[in-house]
Amino acid sequence: MTLPPRAEPTVAELLEGFAERRVGALARAISWVEDGEEFAGELLDSLYEQTGNAWRTGLTGPPGAGKSTLSDVLVRYWAEKGSQAALIAVDPSSPFTGGALLGDRVRMDQALADAGVYVRSMANRGSLGGMSLATGAAADLCDAFGFPEIILETVGVGQAEVDIMAAVDVAVVVLTPQSGDGIQAMKAGLMEVGDLFVVNKADCAGADRLKHEIESILDLRQTPGPMPEVVTCSAKLGDGIQDVAIAIERRRKVMTESGFLETRRNTRALARIRRLLEGGLRAEIWSHAQMEGKAKAALADGARPDAIAAQLLNEVLKKVNVCDE
Amino acid sequence: MFVMSDSSMSKRLRILVAKPGLDGHDRGAKVVAASLRDRGFEVIYTGLHRTPIQIVDAAEQEDVDVIGLSILSGSHMELLPRVRRLLVERGLDHVLLVAGGIIPVADAVVLETDGYAKIFGPGTATGAIADYLEAQFAS
Ligand SMILES: Nc1nc2c(ncn2[C@@H]2O[C@H](COP(=O)(O)OP(=O)(O)O)[C@@H](O)[C@H]2O)c(=O)[nH]1
Ligand SMILES: [Mg+2]
Repeated sequence: MTLPPRAEPTVAELLEGFAERRVGALARAISWVEDGEEFAGELLDSLYEQTGNAWRTGLTGPPGAGKSTLSDVLVRYWAEKGSQAALIAVDPSSPFTGGALLGDRVRMDQALADAGVYVRSMANRGSLGGMSLATGAAADLCDAFGFPEIILETVGVGQAEVDIMAAVDVAVVVLTPQSGDGIQAMKAGLMEVGDLFVVNKADCAGADRLKHEIESILDLRQTPGPMPEVVTCSAKLGDGIQDVAIAIERRRKVMTESGFLETRRNTRALARIRRLLEGGLRAEIWSHAQMEGKAKAALADGARPDAIAAQLLNEVLKKVNVCDE
Repeated sequence: MFVMSDSSMSKRLRILVAKPGLDGHDRGAKVVAASLRDRGFEVIYTGLHRTPIQIVDAAEQEDVDVIGLSILSGSHMELLPRVRRLLVERGLDHVLLVAGGIIPVADAVVLETDGYAKIFGPGTATGAIADYLEAQFAS
């Protein structure tokens, strides 16, 4: 059997789908930003005025810390308060095959049973800067679609995840009493990026000790903004969930009142512009300005790679200046 | 234009691997999921005991190209057509449907005339599913 070709909708059709709140339209739109589809920018432009109403909460931490379990209970907690949530769960792609096994839905049983929760699994596709762009755009789409709560779940291991956390309103770092997570988190830069620390699996021994450990590390923290809280919970048993939700609320309030939220959203927009600009240049330069050919020729002449790069950069900048005048 | 900063952000085939029904064994499904990952697919694994509605909801939300169902419980003639029907009702009939598990040949023939692209019987080599899907999507 041959496959019927998958008909790509137009921008107008997707916008209509958004207006009618059709989940399929949101899902396809996210694929567009994920795949770098040609008309994704046009779509995002058209929806821009509808964004800015959602709260974005990041959940990060080591694999197995209980992020998905916590997402599930948070999503239900919000649903009971009348706020529907969208969850975007990001997991690594295999660096060798580009494939990915995305298992976050396994723990999302309960939330999925509640109508109205949107869950999307994304593979990071081996990309650093690109991932935070794609997740940011996916969050914009969920925002425009009308979800008041958006959760971004990432596995906190590398720079890409730190970048994603820098692009949310409240970044929650989830740790557990097991296996020296505290130290690991510091290494990954998560102590700087966290707005709230959750010690999950408080039903296991050592939760209070970890809480104190984190607090003493935070005392030394120099990042701007209000001091993060540390709360303990057991996502699996449902204990302390309310504390986590309330701590998130409190953080939002403090950030809003201090003006820190606005600063952060501006910083986020600037970082996004910069990234798109750099990404656009990077994508264009190598392919369109015959850079590869020039570089090869210079190499064959025995020039030093760094010197070739400097020379080519100069050429590019000259062209940019010419355009300016 | 929407520019990604990395050319690796390009289209990948997405497949939902799900287990409908009540049987409690997902080893086979996990092996298939891992092998598809190793062949470069993005596999969304949903776990055990999914109802047809949950499966179709997940497929819609995840915008997948393929749904692969693993079923060992014997209730395939009840559950598999239901998944297909719901997909059509949702306007998701572009999604390629495949299934595997303990499905007798006679049933497989019926399912393959009714919306299932391919039924993989017991003893299917792990790589055969990826081979088949790659062939379907080769442009
Ligand atoms: N004991 C205990 N186990 C938990 C708790 N929360 C999650 N888990 C378990 O930890 C494992 C990993 O959870 P998951 O949410 O998938 O972690 P993630 O990788 O951070 O998303 C699962 O087996 C959960 O059932 C908890 O509060 N206490
Ligand atoms: Mg998870």
